Amino acid sequence: MIGIISYLIFFTTVAAILSIAVLGLNLQWGNSGLFNGGVVAFFGAGAYGTLILGGTSQTAHLGGFEIFYPLALIGGMVTAGLMAWIVGILTLRLRHDYLAIATFGVAVAFENLLRNAEGLAGGAQGLRGFERPLHAWLGDGFTYNVFFLIFVLVLLGATYRFLEVLIRSPFGRLLRAMREDETAALSLGKDPAKIRLTSLIIGSVIIGLSGGLYATFYAFISPQDVLPILTFQIWAMLIVGGAGNNKGAVAGAFVIWAAWTASGWGLSRFAPLEIQLYTGSIQFILIGLVIVGMLLWRPQGLFPEKLVISQSGRTNRSENRE
Amino acid sequence: MAEAILGLQGVTRDFGPFRAVDSVSFDINRGSITGLIGPNGAGKTTLFNVLTGMLPPTAGKVHLDGRDVTRLSANRLFGQGLGRTFQIPRPFSKMSVLENVMLAPMAQLGERWFGPFLHADKVQQQEGVIRDKAIEVLKFVTLDQLADHAAGQISGGQMKLLELARVLMGDPQLILLDEPAAGVNPALTGILIEKIEELNRQGKTFVIIEHDMDFVMQHCDPVIALAEGKVVFEGTPQEAQANPILLDAYLGSQFDD
Repeated sequence: MIGIISYLIFFTTVAAILSIAVLGLNLQWGNSGLFNGGVVAFFGAGAYGTLILGGTSQTAHLGGFEIFYPLALIGGMVTAGLMAWIVGILTLRLRHDYLAIATFGVAVAFENLLRNAEGLAGGAQGLRGFERPLHAWLGDGFTYNVFFLIFVLVLLGATYRFLEVLIRSPFGRLLRAMREDETAALSLGKDPAKIRLTSLIIGSVIIGLSGGLYATFYAFISPQDVLPILTFQIWAMLIVGGAGNNKGAVAGAFVIWAAWTASGWGLSRFAPLEIQLYTGSIQFILIGLVIVGMLLWRPQGLFPEKLVISQSGRTNRSENRE
Repeated sequence: MAEAILGLQGVTRDFGPFRAVDSVSFDINRGSITGLIGPNGAGKTTLFNVLTGMLPPTAGKVHLDGRDVTRLSANRLFGQGLGRTFQIPRPFSKMSVLENVMLAPMAQLGERWFGPFLHADKVQQQEGVIRDKAIEVLKFVTLDQLADHAAGQISGGQMKLLELARVLMGDPQLILLDEPAAGVNPALTGILIEKIEELNRQGKTFVIIEHDMDFVMQHCDPVIALAEGKVVFEGTPQEAQANPILLDAYLGSQFDD
């Protein structure tokens, strides 16, 4: 029994951490129409940034600044934001699939850099020497995991709330207008380049927060954690949940993460041995099928975007129900 | 001599070797409704795109209210009092009609991302003012009943009215309309004309691209005709109707369509 509860806590923690990344992508794609094909780069920037800033002193690679954990986490978010700013300036003129290709390239370059530059972040070995916050006080076991889950859920709730206020504000209106028709927005006095850059940065900071929490949870990060598959998983979560709907983004993260872990477990348990060898590949195929199937038969997702009716918008009716 | 709100001197625009607009010069007088006519491909829409900052001109100068605005970007020009609509309507489809209109006012406090967090009260208050104005403008263009509908789901004619409403939110002095009557049912065209004339009485200047000759002859004065990128005629609608070149080159061919 305790085993199942332990597992549920573990599962919920990872799903909640990924939800935050999906929320970040939802701001970029769902609300602003920015095709970020390199989600994992910003996730990785947050993860590496947090561990380098907050980890114990290392000789083999950069890091070990032992910064107070909340500041290290914020530092990770800032790292992701800075990267988004640079990528955003460079790709300001790119749209749609061109932006996707460029950001995908950035993510592959990011992974290769970290894999090979050992002096920077430990290379293929990954970053070690990070001690989880309050570890000495709460120990390693069940109590710690419950505590960490609550911490993650609070941050998920805060992110959700922040985004709900943001997308219902005039700024959110600008993002949607940009997504719907940039030329029309331009003719109405809006500055698409600036709006696009702002959206890319805010979304990436949120994705960076997700990465920072992920790295904190495992007290470890390596290039294996920033492979393109994570980008596709996060995209699948958003598409299944419903682009443009924050509730959908969170629901999609839980649904897809459950399907992913269940398929892995089911294959390793019930499939014949020669098929088990290909568990990873089969899961890749499944995630691709989910994305394509969803786009074909229910492109609006499980929770379609709702029209923002501003007429009664004086009272904010969106309640946080996490 | 009436005062010019818009002045064009030798405005030219090339697309590669093709000269779409060829040293066009004319003045638009404040308070007028100018009809811009010409066969398909004459360069009317390209000229609009140059005037509104969507395309930089290859050569020439544009003055708005006496200021040189030749190199000003489209978003800046809207702030300078120049509004436009599009030949094929460009609604923000998945936004409500009201949101479409509320988007338009310049320099909203809540357009900064931190606005709703740092100045929540002020943003809320400004939203109230903008909403009231938006509803008023929607009433003016007779779309207030559709305020909560998705803009992509209203009819093409209603979209043209919506585009006019969005532009009016910016309180421009000069409004460029690209084929406002095309594909619009007669009842809505009637409303549109009525609104244009009412706004004109309030002092707004219009330049209208239109193929519907009845529309141009009845409501526009002066009329400017373009052909192959050049101005081929400038005068009153009566002169236009009596002009043999226009009858041949343009009015005639229109009736052949």
